[in-house]
Amino acid sequence: MRAILIRRRLVDLFAFLFASGATLFGLFWLFWILWTTLGQGLGAINFGLFTQMTPPPGSQGGLLNAFYGSAIMIFLAVIIGAPLGVAAGTYLAEHGRHSRLASIVSFLNDVLLSAPSIVIGLFVYELIVRTSGHFSGYAGAVALAMILLPIVVRTSDEALRLVPDQMREAAFALGIPRWRVTAQILYKAAMTAILTGVLLGVARIAGETAPLLFTALNNQFWSGSLGGPLANVPVVIFQYAMSPYDEWHELAWAGALVLTLFVLGLNLTVRILAKRSSK
Amino acid sequence: MIELVEPHARVAQPPESVTKIEVHDLDFFYGATQALKGVELSIPAFAVTAIIGPSGCGKSTLLRTLNRIYEIYPDQRADGEILIDGQNILDRRFPISELRRRVGMVFQKPTPFATSIRNNVSFALSYYERLSRSEMADRVEDALRQAALWDEVKDKLGASALSLSGGQQQRLCIARTLAVKPDVILLDEPTSALDPISTARIEELIHELRERFTIVIVTHNMQQAARVSRRTAFFHLGELIEVGDTSQIFTNPHMKRTQDYITGRYG
Repeated sequence: MRAILIRRRLVDLFAFLFASGATLFGLFWLFWILWTTLGQGLGAINFGLFTQMTPPPGSQGGLLNAFYGSAIMIFLAVIIGAPLGVAAGTYLAEHGRHSRLASIVSFLNDVLLSAPSIVIGLFVYELIVRTSGHFSGYAGAVALAMILLPIVVRTSDEALRLVPDQMREAAFALGIPRWRVTAQILYKAAMTAILTGVLLGVARIAGETAPLLFTALNNQFWSGSLGGPLANVPVVIFQYAMSPYDEWHELAWAGALVLTLFVLGLNLTVRILAKRSSK
Repeated sequence: MIELVEPHARVAQPPESVTKIEVHDLDFFYGATQALKGVELSIPAFAVTAIIGPSGCGKSTLLRTLNRIYEIYPDQRADGEILIDGQNILDRRFPISELRRRVGMVFQKPTPFATSIRNNVSFALSYYERLSRSEMADRVEDALRQAALWDEVKDKLGASALSLSGGQQQRLCIARTLAVKPDVILLDEPTSALDPISTARIEELIHELRERFTIVIVTHNMQQAARVSRRTAFFHLGELIEVGDTSQIFTNPHMKRTQDYITGRYG
C-alpha cells in the first residue's frame, strides 16, 4: 500500500516538474526575444522614426514610408480577405453544414491555412507581378489577403458554430428566412469571435516578409501609389538588418520593436474583446 | 366513457370546440429511427392542449412538426397530414414563412437574441409588416403587455435582452412570438428551466392567452398539465395512447398505460 502511494507521489512530482520546466523553457525564449528587441530598439525610437523616410547608408532617417506601405497593404488585405472569409465561413457553418462540398472546402481551407507563405508570395508573383511587369503594392495586398483569408474562414466558421442551435431554431420558428437570420441574429451573436479572428489574422500578416519580397518588394523613397513597389516594415527590417551599416541596424531594430508592440497590442485587444463578450 | 363522441359530431357547436389542427396518420423519422407512429389527433381552437409522456415518447417531436421546424435538419422527415384550418401544412407548397407566422413557438430554454429588448420583439415584426416608427413602438408595447412583461421593462427597452432574468427572458420570447399575431402557440416545456415563481407567472400568462389562441404545451410536469390545459394527450414510445379532457385523463384514464404513467409507475 505504502509503496504504491510513494510511487504515485513520485510520478506526480515528476509530471509537475516536467510540465513546469517545459513552460519555463518556452517562456524563457519569448522573454529573451522581447528583451533583446526592447533593448536594441528602444534607443532608436524617436520622433524622426515616424516622420522621415528610409535613409541612404550613412545618414539619419526614419521608417515613415515603410509604416505607410505596411498600413495601406494590411488595410487593403483586410478589405479583400475579411468579407470573403466571413462569407465562406458562413457557408461552411450555416448553408453547407451537412454537405459533402462543405467538408471538402473546409479541408482545402486547412491546406491553405498551413501553406508556406513563400509559396503564396511566389504564386502572386506569377499571377500579378509577372503579368503586369512590375512589383506593386496591390500584389503585396493580394498576397497578404490570401494569407488572411483562411484564418478568417476558419474563425468565422467556428464562431458561428458556437452559436447554439436553439437560437437558430428560435429565429427560424418566427418564419424569418435564412439570410436574415444569419445577418441579423447569428452575426450579432458571433460578432466578437469573428472580429477576434480578423484581428488575429492582421497580427499574422503584419509580420509576413516572404510574400512581400516577391510582390511589393521595397521602395527607398516615399510612394503613395499602390501601383508600384512599396516600402513595408518587414522587408525593410530584413534588408537593413542584413546590411553592414550601423544606422540601418538601428532602424531595423526600431522597426522590429514597433512591429512587435503592434502585434502585442492586437493580441491584448483580442483578449479584452473576448473577456468582455464572455460577461 | 363520457367523452367518446367527437366534438364536431354535435349539432350546435360552441365556438371553442372548433378543431384548429388535425393530425392524420403522422409518422416521423430521425434518420432511420422512427419517433412517431401513425398519430391521429385533433386539437381544439381557443383552448390549451397538453401533451404528456415519458422522455423520448415523441411529444416534442410532434410539436416540432406543427411548424415544420424540424426541416432545418436535413435528416429529419415527417409523413402524413397535418391540417391547420383545413390546409395541409406538411405540403411542401405551403409557404413556410406564413406557417411560422401563424404558428409561433417558445422553447425549453429561453432564447433571447443578443440585441436589445425592443429589437427582440420588433425583429420578426419588421419582416412581416411595414410599420412606421410609432406604429412599431405601439406593437412592441402591445406584445410586451400581452406577455405581462411591459411593466418590468418599459424603462429599459434599449437594454440588452441578455440582462433579463430567466423568467423574464422566457416572457420576452412569448412577446416576440405574440408580436406577429399568430393563431397557434407551441410551448415546448416552457418552464422546465425556470424557478417556481417564474413558472407560476408563465402559467398565469397561459391562462390569460388561452381564450385568444390555440395553445399546445409539451410538459414533463403532470401537475402543470392538469393546471393549465383543457385537453391532454398521452404519448408513449411514439404512439398516441390516449387523448381526452384533462379532468378525465387525470381522474379516470381509459388506458392502463396512461394510468401507470399518471400514478408515477414509470416516466
